[in-house]
Amino acid sequence: MKTKITAALFIAIVINLSAFTQNVVNIKIKGSDTVLPLSQKEAETFMKKNKTAKITVTGGGSGVGIAAFVDGSTDIAMSSRKMKMSEKMKMQDAGKAFKEVIIANDALSVIVNPANKVSQLTREQIEGIFTGKITNWKEVGGDDEKIVAYSRESSSGTFEFFKEHLLNNKNYGTAILMMPATGAVVQSVSQTKGAIGYVGFAYIEKNIKAIKISYDKGKTFIEPTVVNAKNKTYPVVRPLYYYYLTKDEAKVKTFVDYILSEEGQKVVNEVGYISLK
Amino acid sequence: MIKFLKSIFEKLIEGTLFLSSTITTLAIVLIIIFLFKEGIGTFNQTPIEDGFSLVVNKNNPINELSAPEIKNIFDQNITNWKTVGGKNDSITLFNLDNIGEFYSDSAIGENFEFLPQCISDYTEKNPGVVAFVSTRYTEKGFTGKILTTPKVKVTEFISQKEWFPTAQPAAQLGVLPLILGTLWVSFGAILIALPLGLSTSIYMAEIASPKIRNILKPLIELLAGIPSVVYGFFGLVVIVPEIQKLFNLPVGETALAGSIVLAIMALPTIITISEDALRTTPKSMKEASLALGANKWQTIYRVVIPYSGSGITAATILGIGRAIGETMAVLMVTGNAAVIPHSFLEPVRTIPATIAAELGEAPQGGLHYKALFALGCILFIITMAINLIVGYISSKKKYNAK
Repeated sequence: MKTKITAALFIAIVINLSAFTQNVVNIKIKGSDTVLPLSQKEAETFMKKNKTAKITVTGGGSGVGIAAFVDGSTDIAMSSRKMKMSEKMKMQDAGKAFKEVIIANDALSVIVNPANKVSQLTREQIEGIFTGKITNWKEVGGDDEKIVAYSRESSSGTFEFFKEHLLNNKNYGTAILMMPATGAVVQSVSQTKGAIGYVGFAYIEKNIKAIKISYDKGKTFIEPTVVNAKNKTYPVVRPLYYYYLTKDEAKVKTFVDYILSEEGQKVVNEVGYISLK
Repeated sequence: MIKFLKSIFEKLIEGTLFLSSTITTLAIVLIIIFLFKEGIGTFNQTPIEDGFSLVVNKNNPINELSAPEIKNIFDQNITNWKTVGGKNDSITLFNLDNIGEFYSDSAIGENFEFLPQCISDYTEKNPGVVAFVSTRYTEKGFTGKILTTPKVKVTEFISQKEWFPTAQPAAQLGVLPLILGTLWVSFGAILIALPLGLSTSIYMAEIASPKIRNILKPLIELLAGIPSVVYGFFGLVVIVPEIQKLFNLPVGETALAGSIVLAIMALPTIITISEDALRTTPKSMKEASLALGANKWQTIYRVVIPYSGSGITAATILGIGRAIGETMAVLMVTGNAAVIPHSFLEPVRTIPATIAAELGEAPQGGLHYKALFALGCILFIITMAINLIVGYISSKKKYNAK
């Protein structure tokens, strides 16, 4: 009798296990530190709904994620920039077809100290400030006060994005202060009168002032708000990407679809990014 | 029999001790070899990323461009070939990532099969062009001229003033501002920490009552256990705004802020070690001094301090070591602008902060990665030089005293 029960139990367990291994989805995601908090939150909510899914999210930077994707050591590469031509070439050389999905948008705003009376700048003026050609606020319509420009470290994707979109791909000036974290930029700008810096929308708070930006040499200045970012009138918006192999589509589709669903996009807004719709 | 066992036991202990010291030495030697091997690799590379090259029109007389020239050209600070010794012709920039502006997708081909022709065609048509492209497109049937870039030289590495390791197309590796920044901050920290630390340790060892000492000593030792990020945040939120207000500066993230934070961090090391050294002075010596009619201060100055000189030196070396090598706290309070400092009230960027901030994102084995190791070598050499100098001075002093 006893042996029969153990045998039955054993068979039941084996059947259960095999059923379990069939359904389990194991996805590895690697890449941008900007997308990292979003991916983590999405994975968390997704795994709560789908008990069989197992998603591992790691950071390291967009470049690191794409390099891992090319090597095949990650299923999804998350990136805060579009894949570069040279990286696409590598994928093509390896004979790997891949798909690109935009999962959310991120918007950057230029911030100053609240005591600063300047509240709008043209892109050209911002370029001048961050490349070190404009050094005093009176040159851009403010008080006679030295400009102190804060940037993120060169390892950050935000650093590259800002350089491409606002500095016309020119290098930052040597006197720019480099801060190790976005929180540190906010802290410094809030306590330095002549400060200017840039942060993602999620970091705007009352101790700092986000300024309007003009991309048409001063004709129209656009306020950095979520509404303006969504309707594309605010120009400093970047898409956040997921890259996956076409042959892995079946495996990752449920998760990617979840992010693009209404529920997933709600998470996007919660984390502080801008949803697609 | 017991004697025999005892001797075996002793041999065993001896062996273990020998083994552990060998392992320690080996580990240190291995780390140094690794550091220098990677660091020296910097000077085998050109500042242009592997697999890429700069090409110009075939009629352009320029054959070679240095890294700073390339940067100034791509930053549009140099806009005429005349400035770099060429013909009087304006410079046109071309980058592979914006080829779409010049050629349609169909001209490039779906799988980029016609890309080499497009690049070749573009360089042919524009006499003033300089293009930054992958070497794969310049192999077959390329009609332009490929520029050579000189390898990174040790002298340039140390003397150039711009640090832009991620700059495209040519990395700018000038470490002079970083070296000076490190020395500046550490020098300031020692200037603050040494007098303060020494007086505290003398007070604790010679003057304070045992009660006060029993409270002070654990408190100071507790300081050493606080993580450096906490010091950094304290510095950023408290010291930085204070400095800004006090000196009426446009920016509070300065070398001085770094020095103060580092001084606080170096204090526990300096105090505990020199205090222990001071307390090893034999009672008989102190009593002899007092018996000769010397007062308390004269005894401390003439007997106790000279006697514990080597311990104080060790405390100083360890304190300086802590100051020079500290990363996180400095990263947060000095502003990290890679400019050559002229006073304590300017932002600086130190070597450890640079390594900490950049190593994570530098592609392994690349020029940036190796340059960071070379920075590590420089830091190692600086620390070693300071240790040797301090050791030399203190050994000389002892000799004179005898």
